Parts: sequence; C-alpha cells; structure tokens
Amino acid sequence: MVDHYSKKELIFKKILFLSGFFIIALLFTIFLTLIVSSFPSIKAFGLGFLSGKVWDPVFSQYGCFPFLLGTLITAGLALFLSFFFSLSISILIGEYLKKGTLPFLLKGLIDLLAGIPSVIYGFWGLFFLVPIVQKIEVFLGITPYGVSILTASLVLSIMIIPYSASIGREVIGLVPSEIKEAGYSLGATRYEVIRKVILPYAKGGLSAGFLLSLGRALGETMAVTMVIGNSALLPKNIFSPGNTMASVIANEITEATGKLYLSSLIEIGLVLFFLTTIVNIMGNYIVGRVKC
Amino acid sequence: MKILLLLALLLAACNPRKIELQGAGASFPYPLYSKMFEEYYKEFNVGINYQAIGSGGGIRQLLAKTVDFGASDVFMSDKELKESPNILHIPICLGAVVITYNLPGNPKIKLTPDVIADIFLGKIKKWNDKRIKEINPDIALPNKDIIVIRRSDASGTTFIFTDYLSKISKDWEKNIGKGSMVNWKIGLGGKGNAGVTSLIKQTNGAIGYIELTYAMEQNLPYAVIKNKKGNFIEPCISSVSLAGDIEIPDDTRTSIVDTDNPFGYSISGFTWILVYKEQGEEKKGKELAKLLWWMTHKGQEYTKPLHYASLPTLVVKKAEVIISLISYNGRPLLKKGANF
Repeated sequence: MVDHYSKKELIFKKILFLSGFFIIALLFTIFLTLIVSSFPSIKAFGLGFLSGKVWDPVFSQYGCFPFLLGTLITAGLALFLSFFFSLSISILIGEYLKKGTLPFLLKGLIDLLAGIPSVIYGFWGLFFLVPIVQKIEVFLGITPYGVSILTASLVLSIMIIPYSASIGREVIGLVPSEIKEAGYSLGATRYEVIRKVILPYAKGGLSAGFLLSLGRALGETMAVTMVIGNSALLPKNIFSPGNTMASVIANEITEATGKLYLSSLIEIGLVLFFLTTIVNIMGNYIVGRVKC
Repeated sequence: MKILLLLALLLAACNPRKIELQGAGASFPYPLYSKMFEEYYKEFNVGINYQAIGSGGGIRQLLAKTVDFGASDVFMSDKELKESPNILHIPICLGAVVITYNLPGNPKIKLTPDVIADIFLGKIKKWNDKRIKEINPDIALPNKDIIVIRRSDASGTTFIFTDYLSKISKDWEKNIGKGSMVNWKIGLGGKGNAGVTSLIKQTNGAIGYIELTYAMEQNLPYAVIKNKKGNFIEPCISSVSLAGDIEIPDDTRTSIVDTDNPFGYSISGFTWILVYKEQGEEKKGKELAKLLWWMTHKGQEYTKPLHYASLPTLVVKKAEVIISLISYNGRPLLKKGANF
C-alpha cells in the first residue's frame, strides 16, 4: 500500500518537473533560434545595429534605433497615462466598493477590456482617436497627421489598464483589515489610511501589475501599427509619426527577401526579447525589494 | 471513436489518389486565384490550397519546397535565380497601382511623372503648387499641405510604385530606389490597402497609392497619368492590359512600368506563379502544368469581373512555351499545343 502511494507521488512530482523544464527549454530554444537566425545581421552591423538610425531595405542598411526609441516612448507614455486610471480603479474596487452589483459590473467590464482583440482597438483608434488628434494638431498649428506616437500611446494606455487594475484591486483587497483598523483607531481619515497604510502595504503587488502592463505595451503590434504612422525617421516630438519594433517586424517580415533583410528583422525580435527580459528582471528586483 | 475511424477510411476510399496542390504567395491576386481555383475544382476535381502570405513568403516557401507553386508580384532577380536555377515564372494577370487623394469634391486630377516623383519626394508641398496647377487649369486646387500616405507593410504594390518612380526620376532612383519596402523620407504609413485608404479618407489633402482593383471596388477617385508617349491615360483594366502588350523577354521576367505602349497605363505590372522546371512527382507535376495552362487560357475569363487585367495574347503565347518546359525526369509533362 505504502509503496503504491509513494509511486503515485513520484509520478506526480515527475510531471511537475517535466512541465517546468519544458517551459525553460522552450524559452531557451526560442532564444537560440533568434540568435542563430539573426547571426548574419549581427555579423554585418555589430553593435551599430542598435544605434543605427537608417532602415533602408533597398540599400541594405539596417539600424533599429528609431524603432527602439519608438517602443520605449510609446510604452513609457502609455504606462504614464494609464497609471492614475489603473490606480484609481484599483482603490475604488479594492477599498470603496467591496460588495454589491457596481463593483461586480466594474470588474466584469475591466476584464472585458482585456479580452477585446487588439485589431478592434486599432480600428477604434483609427476612426475615433485619429480625428480628435487631428483637431488638436490643427489647433496647435502643426500638420494634422492624426496618426502619431501620441495616438499610439493613448490606444496602448487603454489596452493595458485591465492588466494593472485587476492585479491592483486584488492586492488592495488583500490588505489585512487589522492594520487598516489600527490606522483608523489612531484617528486617520480614509484618505490617510489609503495613502499611508494601504498603498505602502500593497506597493509590491501594484508595481508587479504595472510591470505586467508595461510588458504588454512593449510587445503590442496590431493596434500600434494602425495608428502610429509607421515612419522609420527619428520622431521629433510626440505628434510625429514613428514606429515600434513589434510593428516593424509585423509589417515587413512577410515580404522580406534576402538573407540580411530577414535576419535584421529577426534581430529586432532579439532586441525586443532582451528588452522585455530586462524589464522583467528589473520588475522582479523592484517587487522583491519593496516586499522586504 | 471506431465509427469516426471507419468514416475516415470510407471517405478516403471514396477519393482514391486525390491530388491536392499547395501554393502560397502574393496577396494581390488572391481574390482572383481563389475564384479560379474554385472553378477549377468544380471542373476537374483537383483541389488547390492557396495561402496569401505575401510575395516574399511565397518565394521562400517555394525555395524550401514546402509548396508546389509560389506566387509573386515581384520576379526573382538574376542573382536569386543563379542561386536557385530551375525556377520558371508564369504570368497570370496584370495589376496596376493608382494614385488616389482626398480633395474637396474629389475632382479627377491629371498628373505627370515628374510631378508625381516630386510629390512623393516631398519637393512639391502644397496642392496649389504651380506645377500641379499647370496640368489642371480647370480645377480649383486648395492652398493645403500635401500629406503623403504610403504602405507601412512591405508589399508588391509598393514595389510596382517605387519601380515606376525609379524609372522616371533619377533623383528617386539614386536616393530611395525600388523595393517592396523602401526608406521613405516623408509621409505616413497605413497597413494594407485598407489602412492607406482609411488614412486618406480621414485626412484632407492626403495623397497615396493603392491597387487599382481595390480603388475600383471602393469607388475612390484616382488620377489620370501621362505615360511615356505623352498621352494622359485613365487607369482601367484595358489600359493595364495594353501596358503589357509590348515586346517582352521570353522568360517574362520584366518590369512594364512606364510602358512603351502609347495607350498603356504607366504603373502596371505582371503577377506570376513560380514553379520548378523539373517536378519531383510525375502526377502532381502534370496536374500543376494543366492548372497553369488553364489559368493562362480559360481561366482568364475570371479576371474582368474581379477588376484584374487579362494577359495580352502576345504574353499568353510566351506563357505557353514556358509551361511546356515543365518536366519530369527531363520529359515535358504537357504535350505542346495539347488543349485539354
């Protein structure tokens, strides 16, 4: 009998290890494929690929700096724009509206936002946001392109709200009532409790949520490519058209003929891979430090 | 489970040695090809599975031998063919790129090659520039910025358009060149014909290029363009067919932009199906050759309703010779002149 059970345990444990190992192996092989496939481009341009400002498939000149910059600006700006919304929603659902239909409805709607396909966001941006941005540009006296880094960031900021908000509301809901009550018993107002008790306690989880949404913003392709203007020139300001790494890959990989062209596109994928890894490592570090 | 297996076996038994051809490539002729393949299936019971993954992808898949035929709007260069000889190009139909715009009232404007080049180079910046006014004396052109809209995704449409610009403008050829993706100095990119069209519709003073078929379906305005012989030509399927009605090389790998035909529309091009000259399987190869023969002959009747330009007779004759080269073990698979 005992033997039989321990055998089951062993098999169970083996399955767990195997799945864990499978994920590691998968990630490693993806990484390996990216490196091998981008080798011709790495050999041809070296580190200049990162700082190169010209992307010219006709004359085989490839540098991804404008796209790297575009990715960082759009994702960063989107995170900034969504920050206050996500935080407010998290506090509202996690602290103010704990029971009843309203928070239920709100939660459902936010989760729904995460489920909308990105091409729908893209179309919404193209048909709703672009004319608004054009009006702003006419008002400011600049050429009314409508599609720009700003438009892309606005679309992205809405797309990433559900990721940070749903994690945020969970961690805020998890703050033990004892410490909140301790705050109130010392005479603190609700605002003060949120500001000085809840937020510091939930900081780690909140940051994790924002990092997750940042990762989403870095890799978003379809919605961005529809509203960013897809220009390989360095953006002058947030009203300029730009491009992101994911969007360039999606736009050009289908027709990329020639070894160097294809491998340069794959190298952009490799750079994006590194970028998300760095963001994740940084995130884990921040979350870990805040928790301690 | 057993019933399912049995059913599968039965189904398999019903279609003994059914042949299915696999193809992949250009998205531009996709609507035409799917219509042709559907009709071909009805007539000959040969299924053809075509994936519109783009011209570059089509060539890659053919080289990797994962498909029986590739399709491309861009012919393989001499250098590419040197690396992988034994590939034939069979022209199937012609397509064209038109210049569309968003102006008050959308009048029919006329454009000349040098004006087009300078607009897309960013040298002509306003709609009421005197060079545009000179060719369109009857149209009230607004004092508005010209906003150039182009494709953001690499495409055969961009190739034909930049091929044309490189041919008519030294400046363009030297600084930008031709390709399915080029380093644009100005303008905004929209994804696909649909992306370009919606940007143009939303932006006053926009100008851009899209496929003729798409412009006709969407009822968009497009410019009349002066060709090499000095005639202003309205893009339509007959003027596009005429563009290909010129002396071309026997392997049909040629660009016909800026055509010599006095009534041809300047920004036109062939689209090809690419196959191996020496086929790996006799039966499959034979079906493929038959299909290509059908597409260049009887299949041509499906071009017009879908706004594609049919092959000129001269080109069909060249295609016949190329199809008769398809062989297995060195023996041609279709007897010459054999009409089936």
